[in-house]
Amino acid sequence: MASDRIFGLVMFGVALAYVASAFQIQSSFLSDPVGSKSFPILIGVVVMISSLVLIVKPDPDPDWPKSRTFLVLLVAIITLIGYAYALKPLGFILPTFVAASILSYQIGPRVGPALITGAGLSVGLFILFKYALGLGLFPFPAGMIG
Amino acid sequence: METFTNLALGFSVALTPFTLMLAIIGCFLGTIIGALPGLGPSNGVAILIPITFTLGLDATSALVLMTSVYYGAMYGGRISSILLNIPGDEPALMTTLDGYPMAKQGKAADALVLSGVSSFVGAFLATIGLIILAPLLARVAYLFGPAEYFALYLLAFCTLGGMASNNQAKSAIAACLGLGIAMIGLDNTSGMPRFTYGNLHLMDGVDFLVAIVGLFAIAEVFFFIESHGKNTALGVRLERVTIPFKMIRNSFWTMIRSTFIGFFAGVLPGAGASLGSFMAYMAQKAVAKDPETYGKGNPRGVAAPEAGNNAAAGGALVPMLTLGVPGSGTTAVLLALLMTLNITPGPTLFADRPEVVWGLIASLLIANIVLLIMNVPLVKIFVYVLQVPPWVLLPGVTMISFVGIYSLSGSYFDLLLMVGFGVLGYFLRKLDIPTVPVILGILLGNQMEDSLRRAMVLSDGDWAFLFSTPIAIGLWIAAIGGFVAPMFLRKVLKKPQAITD
Repeated sequence: MASDRIFGLVMFGVALAYVASAFQIQSSFLSDPVGSKSFPILIGVVVMISSLVLIVKPDPDPDWPKSRTFLVLLVAIITLIGYAYALKPLGFILPTFVAASILSYQIGPRVGPALITGAGLSVGLFILFKYALGLGLFPFPAGMIG
Repeated sequence: METFTNLALGFSVALTPFTLMLAIIGCFLGTIIGALPGLGPSNGVAILIPITFTLGLDATSALVLMTSVYYGAMYGGRISSILLNIPGDEPALMTTLDGYPMAKQGKAADALVLSGVSSFVGAFLATIGLIILAPLLARVAYLFGPAEYFALYLLAFCTLGGMASNNQAKSAIAACLGLGIAMIGLDNTSGMPRFTYGNLHLMDGVDFLVAIVGLFAIAEVFFFIESHGKNTALGVRLERVTIPFKMIRNSFWTMIRSTFIGFFAGVLPGAGASLGSFMAYMAQKAVAKDPETYGKGNPRGVAAPEAGNNAAAGGALVPMLTLGVPGSGTTAVLLALLMTLNITPGPTLFADRPEVVWGLIASLLIANIVLLIMNVPLVKIFVYVLQVPPWVLLPGVTMISFVGIYSLSGSYFDLLLMVGFGVLGYFLRKLDIPTVPVILGILLGNQMEDSLRRAMVLSDGDWAFLFSTPIAIGLWIAAIGGFVAPMFLRKVLKKPQAITD
């Protein structure tokens, strides 16, 4: 019950902010009868109505994981964000090894296989992408191979 | 006669060694993708699109490759349903009902062969249906103006929303979430930025591929981390594969009937393969003389949903190619592929790019035969693939997604956005909010707004123009009916739950 109500409230707030910023859209001298604002405002209003329905008539709660699992998921998200930032400056192999090992450990918690998975995926995928598919990837940081 | 000339053109494209090779690779990859638990057709096609795009294939080749993957995944979905009781994708859920009991009775090989043949019958006949129906619908589609298109997009959201979720408010929110995201970026008509908040990365809008890969593939990784990969497939073994001719003959009319039901479910915009397999199974159970044996390993209960779901997959291509409105989640992803390749689906596609359409159709016919060979005598290979542990598979999927999206734009911003969509997808699915309407909204948002604005320009701001033609009125009625009807039918058409042991 509570989950749907919270979600409804959040979506209502998001929709309100969305409609408010839709009113801020600058009009252009090239104007048509509908304009830039109407469709986004319409979308926002539909979300607000649906959110109210959800707040009034929520579904039963889903099975949320334990708080420890949320922590694990947070680690996974941070890993992925770090991977996104590292891919360009550090080359493909090192960040992929680290990120794949962490994710692998999180799914099947054994250190050895996770490290092997990380190593295998980083080297294997690099060979696949670079040589079989011809994508322009760099294996190592640009400075290292000078 | 014209159809045959067109088909000849199609085969001249499809039978070149390179295209043929792509079709075979696509079928193989697709079957693997469909078979692996947690990697459905939408997921698989989504992570492969950026890679295909960076390979620099021409439009026809890319389309042949990806639709082979799509058909392959529809075949492959049954393997894990039957052997593990885990549907590889949503439409394969119905196959678990009788497929898994058959496997438990030691008839796994029979069930796999029978479902492979049913898949072939369903998909092959549906492709023929596509050949007949698509050009006809393309001719009707010429009559569509902006008002009709607006109503059609609405219909797609309404029927998809009505079917995809148990709560209409949730599917409406999902669709609007997608539409709202589509508005980000420069306004097509006036050229003014909207919802960019001064961020240069957002000027081009949100790339739908980023959203698709995030919502499907990355969200799936989070689900596996949550469950610690408990749905593993280790230790599955398959005895000798023989062809159960008697079983196939007995199920023949079941397959034909289910194909028809599935095809029409697929053609309805927004309904898709899940509905096709569901309706085929329920209809089969309704006409059967022995309804009490269904759910306990009746071979016809395997044949019906498989024929239905593959026929629906073919049927869903009809509205996607002729109207640009996808009939299911995976066809939405295929539409994304077309848009990436700069092909505008719609009636003009048949007139302007016949080699693309007919090459695709010919490849589908070829892909079906390839898939029948792969999935009946060679089915053992795919059973081995099921043994890939999830702690190798899921990190692999993540890395492929990252490289694919990274190679599209080379910017970390898209990668961050993708992770963001992954988190969003996790929460949406937890709250039982369907993600397919979100994708559809992002894909169709701008066209939907454009058609509304063009309609208003034509009518000089008179809103009654939206309901001015019989086609438009029909679409509006269907849209409202498709959204409202499931609220009342929900009690009657309760989805059976997968059996647990």
